Amino acid sequence: MNNVSTPPHCERLKTARGLFATGLFAFAALLPVAQAETARVAAASDLKFAFDELKPLFETTHPSHKLELVMGSSGKFTQQIENGAPFDVFFSADVSLPKRLLDSGKALAPVTTYAFGRIVLWSAKLDATRLTLKDLDRPDIRKIAIASPDHAPYGARAKEALVRIGMWAKVESKIALGENISHTAQLVDMQAAEVGVIALSLALNEQLARKGGYHLIPADLHSPLEQAYVITHHGKNNTAAKTFVDFMGTPTARKVMRRYGFILPGEQLR
Amino acid sequence: MSGPPTTLGLTGDEWQSIALTAELAGLTTLILLALAAPLAWWLTRTGSRWSSAVSALVSLPLVLPPTVIGFYLLLALGPQGAVGGTLERLGLYHLAFSFTGILIGSIIYSLPFAVQPLREAFAAIDPRVLDAAATLRASAWDRFFSVVLPLSRGGVLTAVVITFAHTIGEFGVIAMLGGNIAGETRVVSIAIYDHTQALEYDAAHRLSAVLLCFSFVTLLAFYAINRRVMSPIKPQ
Repeated sequence: MNNVSTPPHCERLKTARGLFATGLFAFAALLPVAQAETARVAAASDLKFAFDELKPLFETTHPSHKLELVMGSSGKFTQQIENGAPFDVFFSADVSLPKRLLDSGKALAPVTTYAFGRIVLWSAKLDATRLTLKDLDRPDIRKIAIASPDHAPYGARAKEALVRIGMWAKVESKIALGENISHTAQLVDMQAAEVGVIALSLALNEQLARKGGYHLIPADLHSPLEQAYVITHHGKNNTAAKTFVDFMGTPTARKVMRRYGFILPGEQLR
Repeated sequence: MSGPPTTLGLTGDEWQSIALTAELAGLTTLILLALAAPLAWWLTRTGSRWSSAVSALVSLPLVLPPTVIGFYLLLALGPQGAVGGTLERLGLYHLAFSFTGILIGSIIYSLPFAVQPLREAFAAIDPRVLDAAATLRASAWDRFFSVVLPLSRGGVLTAVVITFAHTIGEFGVIAMLGGNIAGETRVVSIAIYDHTQALEYDAAHRLSAVLLCFSFVTLLAFYAINRRVMSPIKPQ
């Protein structure tokens, strides 16, 4: 076999090899782009309505990036990320869970605070604007929904406030636990519980606001709901995730977050 | 999380979860049929003292809460687990929160639903028919495919339909092991749970109605066909 004449089967082999190389090249060239375009975001349920609004805003201003939102309790996401769940960025409802992921090497520094949340009493049955935590032992309130204090930060703060005001022991038998804060809102929305302690960010959404008002629980009854995000180890090369966390600092995003009752870093607690 | 309804009143996300569910149930059924047929045959014919233990193992998913299966699988298939850890060391990706992971979960979860109908059908076959086929020099494979399977067609149909339907209705194992990832592990039952938790009742209603109709139509077709298939073979 020399370069004067090549047998046909070698020609075919060359073509095949050429095609293979081209294919491989195209694949390799496409791969990083395809990976970078979508960020899988694990977000605490209190962010549900705010992120539903931020997602299209982000995707319009950054047409090459897409977001895939998964909402749930921060504790559940921490457990899943520790077990290798493919999330690129984790927006927690507290600051300790992202730190825990950082310590176990499942996330990359820094852990960044993006908002402070608030808890409210909300009801779809009673007029919550005229309720306070002190009313919760009333006999017409048979069930009180809070998020699971064990793995949902909003539930932990609800319990903390009830303990601090001396009501926990009186109402403990009436407590119904939601898996996360939006599930807790659902229990109240469907009137499985007369009242619930939910996130202000959920109570402010039109879907819930038209069903009933809320009573803002004083911030001094519980430790601050400082909420932080962290880029996971899985998302370390994901440019969409990086772009999205930067987007959270822009005036556009801050405006939406503020409308949902979040207090943003650098602002005064009300 | 889901956009406005599009095709047939369902959104793209909803179609994606329906397609994913069908893919999961279809693959589970195919793989289980291939695994369950020899297993059921062995259980029917063997005199082994291990058969009770194997029967008990096969039936475990009937009594175990799906959360237990899901929890053990999460441990085994995750990056620190025996299976997932080995894959990671080989430079591959672990199986928790992946389609392959929930496929393995579904196979285990639905195993008794594939084995039991086949076992009953195989047990009902008169051994003398097989002896007769053997004296006619039919090989073991030949006997299985041309005698056993046609005689057990009712059992095979039951195994296929029940396995498929049972996988469609799976929730607990996938909730533990899947992580609610669109296009990968967000099957219809998980999507419904997710929608209700996120206060998206319209989407939950639409998908629930799809599952309700599908399940009823499947069972209706099954019972209608079964009545005909189960009637005895007419002599030619």
